[in-house]
Amino acid sequence: MTTTSRQRISTRTLVLVGLAVSLVLAGIISFYASGHPDGLEFVAHKLGFADSAGSHVSDGSPVAGYGVQGVHNARLSGGLAGVLGVVLVGAVMYALTRLLRRRSSH
Amino acid sequence: MHVPDGFLDAPTSLATAAIAAAGVGLALRGARRELSDATAPLAGLVAVFVFATQMLNFPVGAGTSGHLLGGALAAVLVGPFTATLCLTVVLLIQGLAFADGGLTALGTNITLMGLVGVWVGYAVFRAARAVLPRRTSSVPLAAAIGAFVSVPAAALAFSVLFAIGGQAPIEFSTLAATMIGWHTLIGLGEATITFLAVASIAATRPDLVYGARDLVASTHDLEVRTGALA
Repeated sequence: MTTTSRQRISTRTLVLVGLAVSLVLAGIISFYASGHPDGLEFVAHKLGFADSAGSHVSDGSPVAGYGVQGVHNARLSGGLAGVLGVVLVGAVMYALTRLLRRRSSH
Repeated sequence: MHVPDGFLDAPTSLATAAIAAAGVGLALRGARRELSDATAPLAGLVAVFVFATQMLNFPVGAGTSGHLLGGALAAVLVGPFTATLCLTVVLLIQGLAFADGGLTALGTNITLMGLVGVWVGYAVFRAARAVLPRRTSSVPLAAAIGAFVSVPAAALAFSVLFAIGGQAPIEFSTLAATMIGWHTLIGLGEATITFLAVASIAATRPDLVYGARDLVASTHDLEVRTGALA
């Protein structure tokens, strides 16, 4: 199997397409995600230890629970929170990889 | 899978925080060897994709849902050390900004998803690669197998932690069986998403896929190898 002869897309294009897909998933598709408790929450309820969960120190965050405080449209609120998350995660990870590569080149 | 504050007692949370700190420390060293100018942008993309996909809970029946953990996916695409960093960044943002996963449980969540999920997923991926035919098309399949195993493995790790420092008297065997049972179902979703994501990048840019490096004889690789020998 030769891969060198195949028509390839640039890294830049690949990352931009991936970023666009992630923004659509977090900003739009996330609205349709299942609202049921996840595996751990479900098991915690079933076996009776869900109550031991404390309140979260970040509950006062303007985007706590994947919704923007003050935005009442659920679709918009969740979508904006998702887009903000994508931007935050991308920025932090990008900064971290830059830092690691600069240090390793010395 | 995000453990909230209060499930585990303080000593256990401190212990997992120490494990997570040690693991992330090692990952910061190891990731330098994995990251190159070509693959560094992919690391950012992988973290972003894992965050976005973790928002997409899929139903697994009986009023339960699951979401991607992303450890195996990240490890196959960018390498296990970098994958640990990707998951750590995702969990940090989720805990701090979105109140998802407790802050005293951050070490626990990094241990479960960023260490157990990533490294079990990657080890099973390598084992599957060793058995499957040596071609690029084996890579997404091996990644899916690693992803499938990584989810019940993380569920088992949680059960062990809960047996040590859980704030409720639950029988270990009951908890482990229930956790593993549901998370095996969630693992099927994990495997499907991982297969699709790895397959789409392996089809377009196999040279960027960490877990397929040995299969791709690009000119860049040859240069690197010659350089290493010289």
